[in-house]
Amino acid sequence: MTRRTSWPVLVLGHAAIVIATAATLYPVLWVVKMALSPGQSFDASPSPWPRVVSLQNFADLWAPGSAMGLWRQLGNSLVVALATAAVGLASSATAAFAFSRLRFAGRQASLTFFLATQMFPGTMMAIPLYILLDDLGLLDTLTGLVLVYSTTAVPFCVFSLKGYLDTIPRELDEAARIDGASSWAVFTRVVLPLARPALAVTALFAFLSAWNEYILAATFLGDARTFTLPVALQQYVGEYHTEWGHFAAGAIVVSIPVMLLFFALQKQLVSGLTAGGVKG
Amino acid sequence: MLAPLLAVLLTAPRPVTLWHSYRAQEAEALQALADAFNRSQSRYALTLLAIPYDAMAAKVSAAIPRGHGPDLFIFAHERLGGWAEAGLLAPAASLPDVFLPGMAEALAWRGRQLGLPLAFKTLALFYNRALVASPPRTTDELLALAPALSDPAAGRFALAYQSGDFYYHVPWLLGFGGAIFDPAGRPELDTPGAVASLRFVARLARRGFIPQEASSALVTQLFAQGKAALAVNGPWFVGELPPAGLPWAVAPLPIVSATGQPARPFLTVEALFRSARAPDPEGARAAADFLVSDASALARARTARQLVANRAAYEDPEVASDPVLTAFRAAARDAVPMSSSPAMELLWEPAQTALRAALRGDDPAAALAAGERQLRALSLPPPPKAAPWASLAVVLLAGVAIVLGWHRSGRVPERGSAVAYAFVLPAAVATVALVLLPILFSVGLSAFHHRPDGGYDFVGLGNFVDILASRGYAPAEPLSFYFTLGVTLLWTAVNVALHVTLGVALALLLRAPWLRLSGVFRVLLIVPWAVPNYITALIWKGMFHRQFGAVNGLLRALGLPSVAWFSHFATSFAADVCTNVWLGFPFMMVVTLGVLSAIPRELYDAAALDGASPFQRFRHVTLPLLRPALLPAVVLGGVWTFNMFNVIWLVSGGEPGGETDILISQAYRWAFARQARYGYAAAYSVILFLILAAYALFAQRLMAGREARA
Repeated sequence: MTRRTSWPVLVLGHAAIVIATAATLYPVLWVVKMALSPGQSFDASPSPWPRVVSLQNFADLWAPGSAMGLWRQLGNSLVVALATAAVGLASSATAAFAFSRLRFAGRQASLTFFLATQMFPGTMMAIPLYILLDDLGLLDTLTGLVLVYSTTAVPFCVFSLKGYLDTIPRELDEAARIDGASSWAVFTRVVLPLARPALAVTALFAFLSAWNEYILAATFLGDARTFTLPVALQQYVGEYHTEWGHFAAGAIVVSIPVMLLFFALQKQLVSGLTAGGVKG
Repeated sequence: MLAPLLAVLLTAPRPVTLWHSYRAQEAEALQALADAFNRSQSRYALTLLAIPYDAMAAKVSAAIPRGHGPDLFIFAHERLGGWAEAGLLAPAASLPDVFLPGMAEALAWRGRQLGLPLAFKTLALFYNRALVASPPRTTDELLALAPALSDPAAGRFALAYQSGDFYYHVPWLLGFGGAIFDPAGRPELDTPGAVASLRFVARLARRGFIPQEASSALVTQLFAQGKAALAVNGPWFVGELPPAGLPWAVAPLPIVSATGQPARPFLTVEALFRSARAPDPEGARAAADFLVSDASALARARTARQLVANRAAYEDPEVASDPVLTAFRAAARDAVPMSSSPAMELLWEPAQTALRAALRGDDPAAALAAGERQLRALSLPPPPKAAPWASLAVVLLAGVAIVLGWHRSGRVPERGSAVAYAFVLPAAVATVALVLLPILFSVGLSAFHHRPDGGYDFVGLGNFVDILASRGYAPAEPLSFYFTLGVTLLWTAVNVALHVTLGVALALLLRAPWLRLSGVFRVLLIVPWAVPNYITALIWKGMFHRQFGAVNGLLRALGLPSVAWFSHFATSFAADVCTNVWLGFPFMMVVTLGVLSAIPRELYDAAALDGASPFQRFRHVTLPLLRPALLPAVVLGGVWTFNMFNVIWLVSGGEPGGETDILISQAYRWAFARQARYGYAAAYSVILFLILAAYALFAQRLMAGREARA
């Protein structure tokens, strides 16, 4: 198909995408501007460029005694988010497979149940979860946090993975079954390899949900050595006064790993989210 | 062999923990004192833990009753009443007579001393000596001075302070003779003094003497840049001002000329509380006594410039020669300790509503009358106690009806295998344990009323009846459940529609074969997704500022009039929607890109051969394939938007007057900002859940239909 596109379409199309991108980046540039401007005030002038560039705010994050001074918090966050992704993915992949491929009583009902649990306001769950973790002896531990994060991520993971698995042609697993494969073999040898993009995206989501959370983390953790990055970041927001420069610099530090992940998973992000897909 | 071990155990210092939210110098000073305490004796080791201010109150309330709290913690005295009633605080062993008047008294509750004062915060008048030679001593002087110092068009103001925040209005309210509580101790709003104070600030706003919608950041910016001659602010303001080049000083707030009374700010006492569950009361007491001693107070005042509560510190030559410390010490004489009664919490929201309405130009008397009504509606009496059996019967009947309905809906149960259950088991167990149990806990909680004293009364379905019967407000009024429900549905529909439209449009554009650099644009367009929304939402709020925001700047550049975004429902709602669309469109865009990449090119080629125009190809090839594939994303997007708390809370904050609140932010207010009505909030959540569950069921049918057809 080599039809030439007329130049007004070209110009308008490029103009539209440039404007959309500029509008999208403007607020983000502001975060960068606050992080790079020396001092802790919130400059309200509309220009997204800093007047003076300084890396002081970033340096302060690592200064000894600062709220985010320790690599340890970055490490904690990585451990928690990666473990959440792993645990969430492992438990939801099998469930998604069952929902997509197997028949059992209560299939529809439990699928609805999974979707519905996604809907209870999280802010109301902090205190019951606190009591539950305490009874399990997991308060103050990263394990407890991972448990909470991965289970709250499970319903979404199941839902999104099932949508993708539905798009993988059934003929493939039927052929394997004729060859004598068990359900487990079909799952691990046929379906999982084909679902790789969706697995990557679902893991990314679980990772993100854990990576940015701070209210539950601040409530459940009682030891500075177990604090995650967002908890430390939130310490810059005080009762009367917010340290905007530090807060913005911290937010950028929090965002960088996510952007790297987005970049690395670009391909999977596009094909793995199809959730339901298209049967061509 | 045991003896040496025993000796070590006996002599090893026993741990004492202290939670605080201090930052920077105050935190450093506290740490230095903790180190000094640990050096001074060997029986106890005091360790500090900094908790984000935002999470402190909830954490303390959750941790202490379960025995995981700290031995000591630092917080403002305003929560004292609630914590005292809930039995979280231990009384102080002794009260040394070393504190400034009023400080220790603010920490007494029902005759018991439940905390020791460390420091205080209050408001004073900052002035720029380059702009005003001597600060105004009365409001008349202020009004006489103001016209020459103000030029709103050029961004110059006589006075900058957070005029829309009730805390900053209290000095005027009390100075004009207004009150916060009636003689019987109930919170009240609509008093003649309050009307006069609102008239006064409305006049300041109308004449352009003060900036509109002033946030703390804006106040700092205006004063630091010399664009505001005066500022009402607290001691924390000092740390925000440039270290050199600005000739500023601090003075007491002016006397209200109409009454001859000084403007009286609230006094907040930062207290050291001892947990009632501290395992080692001796150690906690020893550490507390050390931290509030005169010597420690002097150290805090000297190194952190803290406004300490001890009298003696102000006699120290170094402290006495600090003009800021002495000015605030003087300001504290006129200050009134903020009430620590839980009822105070209730006043905040309606007072703020009335204040902001008056600042926008509404009639002060009418604004206060509306606020008073809101106050009465919020302090609605608890539902009557109920007999458990009657409610249980209702719930059982409803359950039976649902099961019967389910049974008769003609589903054929699917035959299953044990293998299938094994596959679902891990996810199911985890979800039931950590998601369903807390939900059931909340469902149970919704049948109770949480009393201010911490106890619970069984009220059966009373909370639900109150919500659904819209007690306090007519159903069509803002702040009623039905109005909020309508706003929530509108919010969800508008957002999802815009997410999909924008996401699909941009995805189509990115897939256009003629677009240059599409890979770069694609990466840039998903950036909003990567940055935490609790900071970008705040940036958006700043962009919608009436006088200094980028959005109005753009409008002015285009020759259009500025908009007071948060003054009207429609524009405030639009600001929320804008923010949320910005946050949410990348997801839909990425999903659409995935679908588009899966459509075989041949389909388009075939359509092109048949002579279909680009629009026809979109209409007849892309759209039919896109629609079913987007459905799950739309369903999930709907749920996320419905519960999108952060945007509403951080951008409009419900402005004007709670009209842009959605159900989840209302539930949050009932639980955490209106006398801890946990039961009522839980009932709100359950209703929210039921609405969404019905939606899920509906969506499930829709998708199952697609599954069957495919």
